[in-house]
Amino acid sequence: MIDFSRNHFELFGLPARFRVDPGALERAYRDLQSDVHPDRHAAGSDAEKRLALQASARVNEAYRALQDPVARAEYLLHLRGVDVRTETDNALPVAFLTEQLERREDAEEAADAQDEPRLAALVEAVRADAARLQTEVEAALDAGDLERGRRRVRELRFLTKLVEDLDDMRVAVLDR
Amino acid sequence: MTLFQISEPGESPLPHARKRAIGIDLGTTNSLVATVRHGIAVVLPDSEGRPLVPSVVRYADGGVEVGYAAQAKATRDPANTIVSVKRLMGRGLDDLGDDRRYPYRFVEGQGMVRIATRAGVRTPVEISAEILKALRERAEASLGGAIDGAVVTVPAYFDDAQRQATKDAAALAGLTVLRLLNEPTAAAIAYGLDNASEGTYAVFDLGGGTFDISILRLTRGVFEVLATSGDTALGGDDFDHRVFCWALEQAKLPPLSGPDARLLMTRARDAKEMLTGHDAAPIDVELSVGSVEATLTPAVFSDITKTLVTKTMAPVKRALRDARLSPSDVKGVVMVGGATRMPQIRRAVAEFFGQPPLTNLNPEEVVALGAAIQANKLAGNREGDDWLLLDVIPLSLGLETMGGLSEKIIPRNSTIPVARAQEFTTFKDGQTAMSLHVVQGEREKVADCRSLARFELRGIPPMTAGAARIRVTFEVDADGLLAVSAREQTTGVAASIAVKPSYGLTDAEIARMLQESFAHAADDAQARALAEARVEADRIVAATEAAIAADADLLDDTERAAIDRALADVSARRDGYDRGELTKAVQALNDATAGFAAKRMDRGMARALSGRRVDALG
Repeated sequence: MIDFSRNHFELFGLPARFRVDPGALERAYRDLQSDVHPDRHAAGSDAEKRLALQASARVNEAYRALQDPVARAEYLLHLRGVDVRTETDNALPVAFLTEQLERREDAEEAADAQDEPRLAALVEAVRADAARLQTEVEAALDAGDLERGRRRVRELRFLTKLVEDLDDMRVAVLDR
Repeated sequence: MTLFQISEPGESPLPHARKRAIGIDLGTTNSLVATVRHGIAVVLPDSEGRPLVPSVVRYADGGVEVGYAAQAKATRDPANTIVSVKRLMGRGLDDLGDDRRYPYRFVEGQGMVRIATRAGVRTPVEISAEILKALRERAEASLGGAIDGAVVTVPAYFDDAQRQATKDAAALAGLTVLRLLNEPTAAAIAYGLDNASEGTYAVFDLGGGTFDISILRLTRGVFEVLATSGDTALGGDDFDHRVFCWALEQAKLPPLSGPDARLLMTRARDAKEMLTGHDAAPIDVELSVGSVEATLTPAVFSDITKTLVTKTMAPVKRALRDARLSPSDVKGVVMVGGATRMPQIRRAVAEFFGQPPLTNLNPEEVVALGAAIQANKLAGNREGDDWLLLDVIPLSLGLETMGGLSEKIIPRNSTIPVARAQEFTTFKDGQTAMSLHVVQGEREKVADCRSLARFELRGIPPMTAGAARIRVTFEVDADGLLAVSAREQTTGVAASIAVKPSYGLTDAEIARMLQESFAHAADDAQARALAEARVEADRIVAATEAAIAADADLLDDTERAAIDRALADVSARRDGYDRGELTKAVQALNDATAGFAAKRMDRGMARALSGRRVDALG
C-alpha cells in the first residue's frame, strides 16, 4: 500500500508551503492516479483491488486538500500543530463581521429587487477581498507566522462561503 | 493476479489469451452490446443485422421474450410486457408519481416496486436481468465463448440505489461486472479517443428516460469529469407522452384502457420520430372508444414540449457552475441518445453554447462503444493507447442529524474513489446504540433527499453523553457505490452494523433470485462456474509468476515459500472437478500474495514519484 504516514505534500513530492505550482500539483496527481487508480487494477486480486481503492481515495483526498486555498492553509496549520477546526477561540473581528453582515443584507435587498448587476458587483467585491486575504495568508504562513495565518484563514473561509452564497442568490435571480 | 502492473504499455508481462470483454448500454428504450475487435469498437448485431435490442421484456405463456419479439406484442399484452423498466430501477411506488401512466399491476409494499406478471411477481432488477441475459447470449454467440467481463453503463445522475440495482441485475444475468460506467463518460471515451481531442467538452445525453449532462476535461490521455448533473426521470419517453396527451385532447376521448393507451403511445412515438426529417406527421388510429385523427407539425410539437426542453437546461447550468466554467469555455458539445435527434433540442443546445453540437458519431451507439473500449482495457487487453478515467459522484452523500437535517459527508462532484470520515457522539448518558440514516441529495432537509439506508450501530460501551466518539466512514468506490462503516473510537470497540437498503434488494433476495434462475439451468450453471473458476485460477497463476519474475527481490524466503506452496496447490487442483476446492486454493493464493501486492504498489508509487521529481528538476 502507499505510505499513509506521508503527508499530502510529501505524497505529491511538493514542498510543504502555501504557494503551490498548480501545474506541478496536477502533474503529480495524474502520475499517481495513473498508477493506483482501481481501473489499473481491475484484473487484480481482491486484496490488490482493495489496496488500489484505498490508495486512489487517499490521492484524491490529498489533491482536493491542496487544490483549495482554504483547505490547503488549514492543512498546513494542522501539520504545524494548529487545528483550525477545533479551536475554541474562533471569534472574528467585529469590524470584519459587521462589514460582511452589511454585505449580506445588501445582497438580500438586491435579490428582492431582482437587481442582478448589483448582486454581481457585490460578488466581485467579496471575491477581490478574498483574493487580497489569500495573499496575506500566503505571506503569514510562508513566513512561519502561524497565529496571524490562523486568523486570516478563518476570515478567508468566511469570505469564501459568502462568495458562494451571494453567487447562489445571483444565479437564482437570473433563473427566475 | 496481475499484482502491480509495471510493464511498459503494449508490453504484456506474459503472453495470455485475449479476454472476451463487452460493453453494455442498458437503455430505457433500447439496449446494445459492443466489443473491441482488432482494436476497433463495434456494436454486435443480432442474426438479422439489427444493432439494437428494444428494452422490452414480455412474460409469455411459454417463457420470457425480450426485444423485438416482446415489443411486437406490447399492445396486445400490456400488463405482462414491461417497457422502460429502467425508470423503475431502485425506485419505490411513491417515487412513480402518476402510476396510471403504467399499464402494470404494481404490488403494494415497501422498498423497490414489484410488478405482478403472468410468471409471478417480478422486480425491476429481475426484468432488467432478462435484457442483460439476452445481450450476454448475443455476445457469447458472436465471440464464441463465455464472457470474461462486462462494463455496464448507467446514467451519470443515477443515485446509489439505482446503481446498486443495475449491478444486481448484471450479476443475476450471469455477468462479471468490471465496472459501472457513467453513460456520458462512456460517450466521451468513444468520442475523445476517436478524435484525439484536447480541451473541455460537454456531453449532453438525452436518452429514452434519463437526462445527463457532464462536463469533462481531456488532457494528455486523462478524461477528467469536472461536474455532472441531470434528471433521472426526463427523456424521450416524456416527449412521446406529451404528443400522446395532445392527440387525446384533439380527439376529445375519455381516459384509455391499457391496450388503447399502449397503441396510441406507439403512434405518438412514430409521429415524433417522423418529424425529424419531415414537415408533418399524421396520427391516425382506431381505438376501442373512438378514433384519433390528428396531424403533428414541428410548430405544434415544439410548442407542447417547450417546458421539457427548458427542463434540460437547468442541469446544464448547474453542471457548468459546479465546474466553475461558462458556456464559452466549452470547446465542443457531444450529443448522445436518440432523443437528441429532435431539432428543438439541437436548437436549444446550439443557442446556449453558441455553437452547433457535435453529432458525427451515432448518438444511439456511442455509449455502448465507449463501454466496450473501457471493458477491453479493464479486462487486461492492452492495446497501445494508455488513458485514464477520473469520474465523480453526481449527488452529495450525507447523514441525518438532529432536526431532520442532512449533514453532507461527501459533496457532489467529488472525484471517485473517495473516502471520508466524520465523528459523531452520543447525546444521552449510557447510550449504547445509535441509528444512522444515510441520505443522498442536495437539499437541506432529509425528507427532500433520497433515503439510501438505515444503520443501527450497537454495542457502544455506556458512557456519559458526549464522551463516545463514533467515527462514521463513507467510502465510494470506482463504480460510484457507497459503503458505510462505523466504529467507536475511545474504546476501540468495533460495533456491528446492519444494513437495510431502503429501495434496494437485500442479499437474501438476490440469493433467492439467483437460485431461482439457476434452478432452470443448474447443470449448465455448474459447468459454467467450474470453467470460470479454472480461468480465474490460470489468470492468478500467470500473474503471480509474472510478478515474481519482475520483483522477486521484495520477498524474503518465508514469504516466497508460502507463495510457492499456494501456487503448487492451485495447479494441483486446476484440472479437478471440485470447484469449491479450487476456489479455496485460489483464495489462499490471493491471501498469500496480499503483502507482496502491497510492496509492489509501494514500489510503483516510489517510481512514479521519483520519475516526477526528475521531471520537475529538469
